[in-house]
Amino acid sequence: MDSRTYIGRVRGLGSAKHGGEHWLKQRLTAIGNILLTTWLVVSLLLMPNFDQATLAQWLAQPTVAVPMILMIVNIFSHARLGLQVLIEDYVHDEGLKFGAMALLNFYVVASAVFGIFVVAKLAFTGASA
Amino acid sequence: MAKNPNRPLSPHLQVYRWSPQMAISIFHRATGFILSTVGMVTLLWWLSAIGGGAESYATFQKYVVSAGESATGFEMAVNWFFRLLGLAVTFSFFQHLASGIRHLVLDIGAGYELKSNRTWASAAFIAAFFATAFVVLFVASRFLGV
Repeated sequence: MDSRTYIGRVRGLGSAKHGGEHWLKQRLTAIGNILLTTWLVVSLLLMPNFDQATLAQWLAQPTVAVPMILMIVNIFSHARLGLQVLIEDYVHDEGLKFGAMALLNFYVVASAVFGIFVVAKLAFTGASA
Repeated sequence: MAKNPNRPLSPHLQVYRWSPQMAISIFHRATGFILSTVGMVTLLWWLSAIGGGAESYATFQKYVVSAGESATGFEMAVNWFFRLLGLAVTFSFFQHLASGIRHLVLDIGAGYELKSNRTWASAAFIAAFFATAFVVLFVASRFLGV
């Protein structure tokens, strides 16, 4: 059992070299989100109509499916980083915090895979639904 | 570590006079939360409704866009609930985008002078408001025949 305080234990050890990673990833995904969501908003504004058939044909094109999948990955990564900070700031019980983090990871990974699968299925099997 | 509930807390939102600079900070967090929950689930619903065929897309449209002429009172209520959520997500998107760009500018070390900090915080709110209004008008003219 180490009876020193947390700060006493780490003092003098130097940087863990991971301090900037979360911060930097959040900025990089933010820049990606600016580009990709702008693409989506402009595409929607230019859409001739919003019938299911039109949208399905639009989404099945490689030039749409690829940025859409990139957007899903990027948005969900950015959201994971952001919600992680919310949990760290507002959930103070260690057990609850661990549980919330686990749920957060399930939520973003499962949702992103679901979204990617939907887009990929349309792109690979055609828009005849 | 044992927590002593009697220890004083640091002052929080309620004790400060609201200013654009502090409002934009908490709005960035709140809108991020809305986008990552309601916004992302709606995005997935929209995509899977497109993939699911005409019938599933009609369900999405009925709830989120318009319940139609023959809708019951309950369907109308659900429709308006989703419309309000859609409005919240739309505003959150533009607010988070504008304040996010502001954050990137602050990250390069610019815009900390009191006056310009205040100006750009206000500008982000105004930009989000007008972009949201534009989308509302677009949706109203394209889908609701207003």
